[in-house]
Amino acid sequence: MSVKHALLALLEKPRYGYELRAEFEQRTGASWPLNVGQVYTTLSRLERDGLVEAGGTDAEGRSLYQLTEAGQAEVKGWFDTPVERTQPQRDELAIKLAVAVAVPSVDVGKVVQQQRNATMQALQGYRRQARSGAGDDLPGGLVLDRLVFAAEAEIRWLDHCESRLRRAAASSTAPEPVQPEGESR
Amino acid sequence: MSEPVLRLTDVSRVHGTGAAEVHALRGVSLAAYAGELVAIMGPSGSGKSSLLTIAGGLDSPTSGSVEVAGQDLDEAGISGRAKLRRTSVGYVFQDFNLIPALTAAENVALPLELDGAGRRAAQKAARAALDEVGLDGFADRFPDEMSGGQRQRIAIARAIVGDRRLILADEPTGALDTETGEDILRLIRARCDAGAAGVLVTHEPRYASWADRVIYVRDGLVVDEAGETPDAALAEEVEA
Repeated sequence: MSVKHALLALLEKPRYGYELRAEFEQRTGASWPLNVGQVYTTLSRLERDGLVEAGGTDAEGRSLYQLTEAGQAEVKGWFDTPVERTQPQRDELAIKLAVAVAVPSVDVGKVVQQQRNATMQALQGYRRQARSGAGDDLPGGLVLDRLVFAAEAEIRWLDHCESRLRRAAASSTAPEPVQPEGESR
Repeated sequence: MSEPVLRLTDVSRVHGTGAAEVHALRGVSLAAYAGELVAIMGPSGSGKSSLLTIAGGLDSPTSGSVEVAGQDLDEAGISGRAKLRRTSVGYVFQDFNLIPALTAAENVALPLELDGAGRRAAQKAARAALDEVGLDGFADRFPDEMSGGQRQRIAIARAIVGDRRLILADEPTGALDTETGEDILRLIRARCDAGAAGVLVTHEPRYASWADRVIYVRDGLVVDEAGETPDAALAEEVEA
């Protein structure tokens, strides 16, 4: 995730580092905690790249950062560009299932079921967060919804995997382990 | 821990005989306690709806036993089961199952009137139940004049009226959009938090996540369970 761009966007008004971190966490429902060191490292890189500049100090003497013109253009570019899909080959779960199907000693159904239980428990956790008011403000709610939709999609995909595995097992007459392509004869 | 509101013990259900024999359930045991919502998930034909109709006494198991509120459904007989359905069990179905010629309040009052309650008392309880599901002001409307979400709310009011201890919901969100479905689950959950036991059949993970426990059914068998066990839930209560 581009912490850099999110922090830049939050500098629509001058802020100091600690405030920026608090703002980020509040807006994203504290789903991705940042340490303040990360924030200052990012800010100094942004300053080096000419995207932010020191903007004086506030009443309590804290150094404020503000966007440069280049920084404003960078923020606009970020919002104008769709986020790239993450690389599917880095998806550990997909790799694990693909390999599980190929390794005869592995009970693939059990792998699917265990993953589904774990993801359902995560989903129940999001639900508890939502019920305790974590998603009541709009930005926090949208982030929580995103996590719910992602977990839901994973469980649906696992259901789908299970159903394909069962079909494959039913259609294979040989007493061999399930083949990855159930439809192939 | 107290007795469960619903207890299924080694329940099997076989339809047909001989070559045409279909095993809808093959020895399912399950309990739902007061204050608890249990979700049942599984693909089409896995037996999850059979499980619900048997739990509510709409169908009888081929073998095994079902207890609702401490009463064995087989021993209760036909009239005893009918009484239990009118007084202790509330159903919510995907297609609402409302009577179009009756108003919202009349639909909700019906089980009470069938059980012998006076018309006025039944209407009063029905209106209170409609208030509880956010339909105050809609009591005299007919189902056809209302949206899908509102119709499902009537069905929930009918399922909770008269203080039912067991709520059985079969894909209650199936005909609704996501936000409206969430509202319906919120109502079912609130009723369980208020002390009812709930069993929710769904194939949607997002709605199952409202439950304390999620049970997976495959080929008429419970294959696994995710979420808190009743014992874990109890331990939390003790700590709190």
